[in-house]
Amino acid sequence: MSTADTAPEKERSAPDTMSSGGRRAGDSVFSVLSIGSGLLIFVTLAAVAIFLTTESIPAITASREFSGTAEFSLVEYTLPLVFGTVLASAIALLIAIPVSVGIALFISHFAPRRMASGLGYMIDLLAAVPSVVYGLWGGVWLVPKLEPLYVFLNTYFGWIPLFAGEPTAPMRNLASASVVLAVMVLPIITAVSREVFLQTPRLQEEAALALGATRWETIRTVVLPFGRGGVVAASMLGLGRALGETMAVLMILAPGATFSLHILEVGRHNSIAANIASKSAEASGVDMSLLIFTGLVLFVLTFVINAIARWIVARSGPKS
Amino acid sequence: MAAPQPINVEDLNIYYGDFLAVEGVDMQIRPRSVTALIGPSGCGKSTFLRTLNRMHEVIPGAYAKGRVEINGEDIYDPKIDPVNVRRRVGMVFQKANPFPTMSIRDNVLAGVKLNNRRISRSDADELVERALKGANLWNEVKDRLDKPGMGLSGGQQQRLCIARTIAVKPEVVLMDEPCSALDPISTLAIEDLIHELKEDYTIVIVTHNMQQASRVSDRTGFFNIAGTGKPGRLIEIDDTDTIFTNPTNTQTEDYISGRFG
Repeated sequence: MSTADTAPEKERSAPDTMSSGGRRAGDSVFSVLSIGSGLLIFVTLAAVAIFLTTESIPAITASREFSGTAEFSLVEYTLPLVFGTVLASAIALLIAIPVSVGIALFISHFAPRRMASGLGYMIDLLAAVPSVVYGLWGGVWLVPKLEPLYVFLNTYFGWIPLFAGEPTAPMRNLASASVVLAVMVLPIITAVSREVFLQTPRLQEEAALALGATRWETIRTVVLPFGRGGVVAASMLGLGRALGETMAVLMILAPGATFSLHILEVGRHNSIAANIASKSAEASGVDMSLLIFTGLVLFVLTFVINAIARWIVARSGPKS
Repeated sequence: MAAPQPINVEDLNIYYGDFLAVEGVDMQIRPRSVTALIGPSGCGKSTFLRTLNRMHEVIPGAYAKGRVEINGEDIYDPKIDPVNVRRRVGMVFQKANPFPTMSIRDNVLAGVKLNNRRISRSDADELVERALKGANLWNEVKDRLDKPGMGLSGGQQQRLCIARTIAVKPEVVLMDEPCSALDPISTLAIEDLIHELKEDYTIVIVTHNMQQASRVSDRTGFFNIAGTGKPGRLIEIDDTDTIFTNPTNTQTEDYISGRFG
């Protein structure tokens, strides 16, 4: 500071001419690096897509000749897996969204400030737990604990197709997998929703309060409409995670391959990701192609979900 | 509609946490009149205004001590529900804040629909028309009631907010620098409206603009602050003519004549 101030005028001044003497080295390096990093994403994505597509071609062309497995077609093999994946994820979201929105609202609008930040950290911590730990916890601890609930639902609400059928212990069914998935997607939905709720303009909330709105009415008339797009986007992000989740499902679910809606029955469903993980180590040839084909389906599915999420956010994002 | 009631403030101290922002306010506000509050920035006039409908306390850590009687009832009595106070004492803010997700019509009805009150379609139509006419906005928006309130101009949005406030039939309407974000023509429209509104409502308006205070108000209160970190005080309140021509306190005179502030 002081040296600059005392330096003679000549040394401080800019070059005499303003024409650029070629590009600065730092700028070029930085621009190459950042463009390269950006391109790398495209290359990686393309590489994955190309790998999935080319490797699954044998399965698509040679559908009825899988070694070991009996006669069934590509579609017959894949569709139940897609069904199981989507059903488990959908139920997980159904459980997670109301809870997440509740927690997010509590943190953003009800909890005292210190408690809110503590709770925020806990939620973030929940997101950091590896899925294999959730799998262990779900399989060993949660499944037996859920058994009475399932028996209750089956006995009194068995007339609802979802709870029909004959649940048998241990309850390694789709419902248990969905509950664990719900816990796993909870942090991301909560975190994103909380951020959106916190961005509600103060002036809007005061407008509602000044009209004589209670806290809940303020949330209903101002906070929820403002945050709706964000909650939808958060849910889609959660859905993306639930669709691809492997370990937890693998460790909890006793697999099957049906289109059964009876989520309490054991050995009826499986997810694409868990199926690949359980079989890929021993698969080869056309069997491997078949697994890769299911992977391609999952890739497209998550891609579409994310695209829809983006579209919804862009459409209903906070205006002005 | 219940008759507008006088507001009686006794020894009101207003705090933000430990900080005493406004000290020892005593004030009587007459019914069906316009009371303007003027003073330099940071003197606590807006803070004081927000204690009249208990909006001050929605800021974390903020509270007020003292008595504010409306219709003989102390609104700071522990038995009083602030939600009910705010239904009787409406508020218009510095910046127009219509609900962005609602149409013009729904904005007007927003306060009425709170508290799970049901309202028939025809009653709602009538109320929307009456409130918008009351806010001098009806002719400009009657053909586009279902369009979003955010599509209006700034001045129209502010009048929409006034319509929303009077739709719940309050006794008192508080205005916190309602024209500070508006152009002169929109300001004139709001000032005309204030003249009409005082037929039915008791109005308290905070303004930075002394000309505005002298144009719209019957009585004017002058707030001042001794220095940064010191609490604001009500220096004097009197008929607007008296305040602007023959104030009792020299501080008021200095401020009015533009010697500071």
